[in-house]
Amino acid sequence: MQRNGPVALIFHSLVVAFMLAPMVVVCLVAFTPENTLTMPWNSLSLRWFEAVFEHADFMASFWNSVRLALLSATISTFLAVPAALAITRYEFRGRDALNALFLSPLIIPHLVLGVAFLRLFSLMGATGSFAWLVATHAIVVSPYTLRLILASLTSMDRNAENAARTLGAGEWTVFCRITMPLLLPGISGGWLLAFINSFDELTMSIFVTSPSTVTLPVRMYMYASESIDPMMAAVSALMIAVATVTMIVLDRMFGLDRLLVGKG
Amino acid sequence: MSFLSVRNVSKYYGPVAAVDSFGLDVEKGEFISLLGPSGCGKTTTLQMVAGLVRPSAGTIMMGERDITHLPPPQRELGVVFQSYALFPHMTVAENVSFGLEMRKVAKAERDRRVKDILALVHLLALADRYPREMSGGQRQRVAIARALVINPPVLLLDEPLSNLDAQLREEMQFELRRIQQVVGITTIMVTHDQSEALSISDRVVVMEQGRITQVDTPYELYERPRNPFISSFVGKSNFLAATAEHHAGGATISIGNTGITFQANDRPKGKHVSVFIRPEKLRLTAPSEGQIEGTVTSRYFMGNQWLVSAKTPAGTLSVAVQNFGAPPPPIGEKVGLVWRNDDCRVLAAGAAE
Amino acid sequence: MSASVSAARPRMVVPSLLSAPATLFFIGLVLLPLALTVILSFNSYDYTAGIQSDLTVSNYLTVLQDEYYYSTFWRTLRLALITTVIAVVIGVPEAYILSNMRKPWRSIFLLVIIGPLLVSVVVRTFGWSMLLGKNGFVNGALAAVGIEPVQLLYTETAIVIGLAHIMLPFMVIPVWTVLQKLDPTVEAAALTLGASRFTALRRIVFPQAALGILSGSLIVFALSASSFAIPGLLGGRRLKMAATLVYDEFLIELNWPLGATIAIIVLLANLVIMLAYNRLIEQQAKRKLG
Repeated sequence: MQRNGPVALIFHSLVVAFMLAPMVVVCLVAFTPENTLTMPWNSLSLRWFEAVFEHADFMASFWNSVRLALLSATISTFLAVPAALAITRYEFRGRDALNALFLSPLIIPHLVLGVAFLRLFSLMGATGSFAWLVATHAIVVSPYTLRLILASLTSMDRNAENAARTLGAGEWTVFCRITMPLLLPGISGGWLLAFINSFDELTMSIFVTSPSTVTLPVRMYMYASESIDPMMAAVSALMIAVATVTMIVLDRMFGLDRLLVGKG
Repeated sequence: MSFLSVRNVSKYYGPVAAVDSFGLDVEKGEFISLLGPSGCGKTTTLQMVAGLVRPSAGTIMMGERDITHLPPPQRELGVVFQSYALFPHMTVAENVSFGLEMRKVAKAERDRRVKDILALVHLLALADRYPREMSGGQRQRVAIARALVINPPVLLLDEPLSNLDAQLREEMQFELRRIQQVVGITTIMVTHDQSEALSISDRVVVMEQGRITQVDTPYELYERPRNPFISSFVGKSNFLAATAEHHAGGATISIGNTGITFQANDRPKGKHVSVFIRPEKLRLTAPSEGQIEGTVTSRYFMGNQWLVSAKTPAGTLSVAVQNFGAPPPPIGEKVGLVWRNDDCRVLAAGAAE
Repeated sequence: MSASVSAARPRMVVPSLLSAPATLFFIGLVLLPLALTVILSFNSYDYTAGIQSDLTVSNYLTVLQDEYYYSTFWRTLRLALITTVIAVVIGVPEAYILSNMRKPWRSIFLLVIIGPLLVSVVVRTFGWSMLLGKNGFVNGALAAVGIEPVQLLYTETAIVIGLAHIMLPFMVIPVWTVLQKLDPTVEAAALTLGASRFTALRRIVFPQAALGILSGSLIVFALSASSFAIPGLLGGRRLKMAATLVYDEFLIELNWPLGATIAIIVLLANLVIMLAYNRLIEQQAKRKLG
């Protein structure tokens, strides 16, 4: 194993600074007592955090996003588990096409999906419906759940299932007692990734949300492109805090590198 | 009526026969090894007996019962997989108890039987460990215990020792035989390791390209292999080109370039034959005292014996010399080679080596 | 030997049943809306009467001929390309440095680099707008060393900086994955054979990582070219990229057919890139096999 030289370490420090800079600045500015985006050099204040919690629109959007992410991640899991079983366990015609279809939201830009959903819903007269918003998010996050479940299915020792069969377990018992427990890490990891991706999704949602279903990222985008005050920094700091906690949880449970980097 | 009877079972993948008309009768309590190189169909055969692969043709009988089309849960056979296939999310005790749960055995009895079987495989102390916390040999024992605890009529072992290192493998061979004999269970083991098959089986089934080529006791198999492939796959062999003159009582065999002739009881087909003789059946003597003279071209020290190669008019012959304490003649020295003609097997020439 | 008991059942029925819900869902909510959008892009638009149900290629002609549109496409391509180059120049050495780190540091810094993926793009972009703004921290730092403040926010530079920040993890991940699989003794072997550190990198490590770099580049390029939040917040009202253009057409100009046309062109460009990538991967795989 080679060691990194001093040049490499300086380079590395700069990259780390570059990656962290915007988030550090956001978190610091969030504590400013001033009315403008300034560093809290002299004193710290929580007034902008209080402002966030009193801002009805932001809170409504936050809960809206939470509900949306919970529902869409769960729906995508229920779609992905049987689909993944079909894809890994059976040879059938159109299997590759099906796999490509399920992973297509990764390749199709969210911008295009947003436009397409908007067109569909306007023809259906369903614009602004929360239920349909959930469906669009389920589509967008399905590839994440599917990929993780596919990965755990393919890496699973199928002889564990065969062993259970030889010991007298029926197909349903094998599924409940062996397959599902072994799939659980993949399912929960996929669910969490799906949750985060739904919670953070902006580009597609901005086309599909209506004033009553505005999600938090859309609300923040609108707010940031119109006025800039430290409340935006406070919201951002809160989101960074949530993301950090999620990251630590994910890392402890699954290893974030494995989850995000995948199997290559 | 034999205990387990596999009749004319074949498995085709498309036009390719992975197993071709496999037939075997197994007696109660027997330890059978399916031996062959990889791809010979031995594992497929085992999986068909286990019910994990459906035969394309043929029947499998357990006593009077036709089990050919029974799904695995209803066959109630014990299977040990090559990878052990332990349930990674269950402890040793939970793994072993799984089959009993499937049979709705009461909790108290389950605990008792799990305990008994873990005692048999010397794992009682590790009952609450998870598979990942155990060594390869220990996992192997768990897999055996899990298969045995349900009292299956037949135990099926798929390359059970191939994931263990050499020393442990030898130890587990005898352990496996001990457990098999204590329980008295009919056992079929798949292996590609000839020494494993010879040392612990009652009978060995040799398979080549989906077909059975010989079924015999280990001793018979080693001493009377039916074709050159088996003689070289099971143990080491010397082959000498020879011609046969057939007559009423047998055949007169002349080994090429040597003028050596002898009477053989074997009756191989054709005029051109191979004479094969095991290295340990050859002895080195002074040059003039042997049936044939040769020059030592190499010698390897194996610990308990030396493996000496000598170039002779009949070809290069390997000789196993017991390590009595004195080293055998060095490279370049003239030697004589002696053997008993009765120890020679005569096989049809052709596929030799 | 992989055949199993389940294969005994009718071949098509079980997998069809298992995949049916997802298949219906995806046909209804991916293929159908995409088809509708393609059709929409061939409809004409009238500012008083709205979307017409005729079929015409006039939208495509407009996009290709009107300077405003094709210059926006050109900017989109240019900025995406610059971002990709920057991501390679920063991301590849960083991935290599990460893979050379010792045990605890390696995973800690990998988290630092890829963790921001879990933070909303809006939040990170907002951070950059504070850093790059007229009275922002970059200009503050410049003023402190006596340099005139420069206009950064609402310039292409700002967009590229923001894109590079968002895209870096997508470059580091594939390269790091490839480097992980490399046998470290191979590089050591090159060194024992007399290669300098740099030569070993160039001749041994880099060629093996080429596929990871390529795959990272394509992802970065595709995501940059269709990114929305960064040009939206850092490019201001004037500097448009493809995604913000589509947004304007749909939600401000209300010329949906033209917006759909631009979206379809973005989609086609993406598909071409992905197909080319798959071809490359297949060729690579063939070369390795044969």
